[in-house]
Amino acid sequence: MLRINLTSVVVDDQQRAFDFYTGVLGFLPKEDVPMGEHRWLTVVSAADPDGIQLLLEPEGHPAATTYKAALVEDGIPFTSFAVDDARAEYERLSAAGVRFTQEPATMGPVTTAVLDDTCGNLIQIASMDG
Amino acid sequence: MFKAIADPTRRAILDELVDRDGQSLFEICTRLAMKHGLSSSRQAVSQHLDVLEAAGLVTVRREGRYKLHHVDTAPLGAIAERWPPPGPGRP
Repeated sequence: MLRINLTSVVVDDQQRAFDFYTGVLGFLPKEDVPMGEHRWLTVVSAADPDGIQLLLEPEGHPAATTYKAALVEDGIPFTSFAVDDARAEYERLSAAGVRFTQEPATMGPVTTAVLDDTCGNLIQIASMDG
Repeated sequence: MFKAIADPTRRAILDELVDRDGQSLFEICTRLAMKHGLSSSRQAVSQHLDVLEAAGLVTVRREGRYKLHHVDTAPLGAIAERWPPPGPGRP
Protein backbone atom coordinates (compact mmCIF):
# COMPACT_ATOMS: atom_id res chain seq x y z
CA MET A 1 0.00 0.00 0.00
CA LEU A 2 1.42 3.41 -0.95
CA ARG A 3 1.00 6.20 1.57
CA ILE A 4 1.38 9.94 1.16
CA ASN A 5 3.78 11.12 3.84
CA LEU A 6 5.24 14.24 2.31
CA THR A 7 4.32 17.32 0.36
CA SER A 8 6.58 20.14 -0.67
CA VAL A 9 6.90 23.81 -1.34
CA VAL A 10 9.66 24.91 -3.67
CA VAL A 11 11.60 27.70 -1.98
CA ASP A 12 14.25 30.06 -3.30
CA ASP A 13 16.25 29.95 -0.04
CA GLN A 14 16.02 27.01 2.35
CA GLN A 15 17.26 28.82 5.45
CA ARG A 16 14.92 31.78 4.95
CA ALA A 17 12.10 29.32 4.31
CA PHE A 18 12.94 27.42 7.49
CA ASP A 19 12.92 30.64 9.50
CA PHE A 20 9.58 31.71 8.04
CA TYR A 21 7.78 28.37 8.19
CA THR A 22 8.90 27.68 11.78
CA GLY A 23 9.40 31.14 13.28
CA VAL A 24 6.42 32.90 11.69
CA LEU A 25 3.91 30.29 10.52
CA GLY A 26 4.59 28.09 13.56
CA PHE A 27 5.55 24.73 12.07
CA LEU A 28 8.02 22.50 13.98
CA PRO A 29 11.37 21.35 12.61
CA LYS A 30 11.36 17.65 11.68
CA GLU A 31 14.26 16.51 9.54
CA ASP A 32 17.37 18.39 8.55
CA VAL A 33 19.86 16.28 6.59
CA PRO A 34 22.77 17.87 4.71
CA MET A 35 22.71 16.86 1.03
CA GLY A 36 25.60 18.56 -0.69
CA GLU A 37 24.60 22.05 -1.72
CA HIS A 38 21.15 21.70 -0.21
CA ARG A 39 19.42 20.05 2.75
CA TRP A 40 16.64 17.53 3.18
CA LEU A 41 14.62 19.93 5.28
CA THR A 42 11.13 19.20 6.53
CA VAL A 43 8.72 20.72 9.00
CA VAL A 44 5.51 19.40 10.57
CA SER A 45 2.42 20.85 12.15
CA ALA A 46 2.45 21.11 15.94
CA ALA A 47 -1.06 19.69 15.74
CA ASP A 48 0.28 16.51 14.12
CA PRO A 49 4.04 16.14 14.71
CA ASP A 50 4.07 12.58 13.36
CA GLY A 51 1.89 13.48 10.41
CA ILE A 52 2.57 14.57 6.86
CA GLN A 53 5.83 16.46 6.48
CA LEU A 54 6.30 19.59 4.46
CA LEU A 55 9.53 19.50 2.49
CA LEU A 56 11.17 22.88 1.96
CA GLU A 57 12.52 21.96 -1.42
CA PRO A 58 15.21 24.02 -3.15
CA GLU A 59 14.28 25.47 -6.53
CA GLY A 60 17.18 23.73 -8.22
CA HIS A 61 15.95 24.29 -11.79
CA PRO A 62 15.45 27.56 -13.69
CA ALA A 63 12.02 26.41 -14.86
CA ALA A 64 10.85 26.28 -11.25
CA THR A 65 11.65 29.96 -10.84
CA THR A 66 9.71 30.85 -13.99
CA TYR A 67 6.77 28.69 -12.97
CA LYS A 68 6.59 30.19 -9.49
CA ALA A 69 6.79 33.77 -10.77
CA ALA A 70 3.89 33.11 -13.15
CA LEU A 71 1.77 31.71 -10.32
CA VAL A 72 2.55 34.66 -8.06
CA GLU A 73 1.71 37.16 -10.79
CA ASP A 74 -1.79 35.71 -11.09
CA GLY A 75 -2.19 35.29 -7.34
CA ILE A 76 -2.31 31.49 -7.48
CA PRO A 77 -1.26 29.72 -4.26
CA PHE A 78 1.43 27.04 -4.51
CA THR A 79 -0.40 25.03 -1.87
CA SER A 80 -3.00 25.38 0.86
CA PHE A 81 -2.96 24.71 4.60
CA ALA A 82 -5.91 24.00 6.86
CA VAL A 83 -6.52 26.30 9.81
CA ASP A 84 -9.27 26.36 12.45
CA ASP A 85 -10.17 29.98 11.77
CA ALA A 86 -8.79 31.75 8.70
CA ARG A 87 -9.76 35.19 9.99
CA ALA A 88 -8.00 34.66 13.33
CA GLU A 89 -4.88 33.38 11.55
CA TYR A 90 -5.01 36.38 9.24
CA GLU A 91 -5.01 38.69 12.28
CA ARG A 92 -2.22 36.77 14.00
CA LEU A 93 0.03 36.58 10.94
CA SER A 94 -0.65 40.15 9.80
CA ALA A 95 0.42 41.33 13.24
CA ALA A 96 3.61 39.31 12.76
CA GLY A 97 4.31 41.25 9.56
CA VAL A 98 3.12 38.66 7.03
CA ARG A 99 2.00 40.11 3.74
CA PHE A 100 -1.38 38.89 2.47
CA THR A 101 -2.30 39.13 -1.20
CA GLN A 102 -5.87 38.16 -0.43
CA GLU A 103 -7.65 39.19 2.73
CA PRO A 104 -10.01 36.66 4.30
CA ALA A 105 -12.96 36.01 2.01
CA THR A 106 -15.85 33.74 2.85
CA MET A 107 -17.07 31.80 -0.14
CA GLY A 108 -19.80 29.33 0.57
CA PRO A 109 -18.67 26.99 3.35
CA VAL A 110 -15.02 28.01 3.31
CA THR A 111 -13.03 31.09 4.33
CA THR A 112 -9.69 31.57 2.64
CA ALA A 113 -6.83 34.04 2.66
CA VAL A 114 -3.58 34.06 0.70
CA LEU A 115 -0.18 35.04 2.07
CA ASP A 116 3.31 35.54 0.66
CA ASP A 117 5.84 33.08 2.13
CA THR A 118 8.81 35.39 1.29
CA CYS A 119 10.41 32.48 -0.61
CA GLY A 120 8.66 32.98 -3.91
CA ASN A 121 5.29 31.39 -3.14
CA LEU A 122 1.78 32.35 -2.27
CA ILE A 123 0.18 30.09 0.32
CA GLN A 124 -3.53 29.75 0.93
CA ILE A 125 -4.96 29.17 4.39
CA ALA A 126 -8.48 27.82 4.55
CA SER A 127 -11.01 27.05 7.27
CA MET A 128 -14.35 25.33 7.02
CA ASP A 129 -17.09 27.35 8.67
CA GLY A 130 -19.60 25.97 11.09
CA MET B 1 -18.29 49.50 -23.18
CA PHE B 2 -21.85 48.27 -23.81
CA LYS B 3 -20.42 45.05 -25.18
CA ALA B 4 -18.25 44.76 -22.10
CA ILE B 5 -21.18 44.88 -19.69
CA ALA B 6 -23.49 42.82 -21.89
CA ASP B 7 -21.98 39.61 -20.58
CA PRO B 8 -23.18 38.22 -17.22
CA THR B 9 -19.75 36.86 -16.25
CA ARG B 10 -18.19 40.25 -16.85
CA ARG B 11 -20.90 41.92 -14.78
CA ALA B 12 -20.17 39.43 -11.98
CA ILE B 13 -16.47 40.31 -12.19
CA LEU B 14 -17.36 43.99 -11.77
CA ASP B 15 -19.64 43.12 -8.81
CA GLU B 16 -16.78 41.31 -7.10
CA LEU B 17 -14.26 44.10 -7.76
CA VAL B 18 -16.70 46.61 -6.28
CA ASP B 19 -16.97 44.31 -3.25
CA ARG B 20 -13.17 44.37 -2.88
CA ASP B 21 -10.97 46.34 -5.23
CA GLY B 22 -7.54 45.13 -6.30
CA GLN B 23 -7.84 41.38 -6.79
CA SER B 24 -5.58 38.83 -8.41
CA LEU B 25 -6.80 36.64 -11.25
CA PHE B 26 -6.93 33.75 -8.77
CA GLU B 27 -9.20 35.57 -6.35
CA ILE B 28 -11.55 36.66 -9.13
CA CYS B 29 -11.78 33.09 -10.45
CA THR B 30 -12.41 31.74 -6.95
CA ARG B 31 -15.15 34.27 -6.26
CA LEU B 32 -16.86 33.58 -9.59
CA ALA B 33 -16.85 29.86 -8.88
CA MET B 34 -17.86 29.98 -5.22
CA LYS B 35 -20.27 32.91 -5.16
CA HIS B 36 -21.73 32.88 -8.65
CA GLY B 37 -21.47 29.23 -9.60
CA LEU B 38 -19.55 30.26 -12.71
CA SER B 39 -17.01 27.65 -13.69
CA SER B 40 -15.22 29.65 -16.36
CA SER B 41 -11.67 28.57 -16.98
CA ARG B 42 -8.88 30.82 -15.81
CA GLN B 43 -8.11 31.59 -19.43
CA ALA B 44 -11.72 32.56 -20.11
CA VAL B 45 -11.77 34.86 -17.08
CA SER B 46 -8.49 36.37 -18.23
CA GLN B 47 -10.08 37.11 -21.60
CA HIS B 48 -13.12 38.67 -19.91
CA LEU B 49 -10.72 40.89 -17.96
CA ASP B 50 -9.05 41.92 -21.22
CA VAL B 51 -12.43 43.04 -22.58
CA LEU B 52 -13.20 44.98 -19.40
CA GLU B 53 -9.75 46.55 -19.53
CA ALA B 54 -10.22 47.58 -23.15
CA ALA B 55 -13.50 49.25 -22.14
CA GLY B 56 -11.71 51.14 -19.39
CA LEU B 57 -13.79 49.46 -16.66
CA VAL B 58 -10.86 47.53 -15.22
CA THR B 59 -7.30 48.67 -14.79
CA VAL B 60 -4.40 46.34 -14.13
CA ARG B 61 -1.70 47.46 -11.76
CA ARG B 62 1.52 45.70 -10.92
CA GLU B 63 2.43 45.71 -7.27
CA GLY B 64 5.86 44.21 -7.07
CA ARG B 65 5.46 40.66 -8.31
CA TYR B 66 1.67 40.73 -8.13
CA LYS B 67 -0.75 41.72 -10.87
CA LEU B 68 -3.92 43.21 -9.39
CA HIS B 69 -7.18 44.23 -11.06
CA HIS B 70 -8.99 47.40 -10.09
CA VAL B 71 -12.46 48.53 -11.06
CA ASP B 72 -13.08 51.93 -12.65
CA THR B 73 -16.75 52.82 -12.96
CA ALA B 74 -16.06 56.24 -14.51
CA PRO B 75 -16.90 55.10 -18.07
CA LEU B 76 -20.39 54.12 -16.85
CA GLY B 77 -21.09 57.82 -16.35
CA ALA B 78 -21.49 58.03 -20.14
CA ILE B 79 -24.70 56.01 -19.81
CA ALA B 80 -26.27 58.46 -17.35
CA GLU B 81 -25.07 61.36 -19.47
CA ARG B 82 -26.77 60.01 -22.55
CA TRP B 83 -29.92 58.78 -20.78
CA PRO B 84 -30.11 60.80 -17.57
CA PRO B 85 -32.01 59.12 -14.74
CA PRO B 86 -34.87 61.05 -13.17
CA GLY B 87 -33.63 63.33 -10.41
CA PRO B 88 -34.08 66.72 -8.81
CA GLY B 89 -35.23 69.25 -11.40
CA ARG B 90 -36.16 66.50 -13.85
CA PRO B 91 -39.57 64.98 -14.38
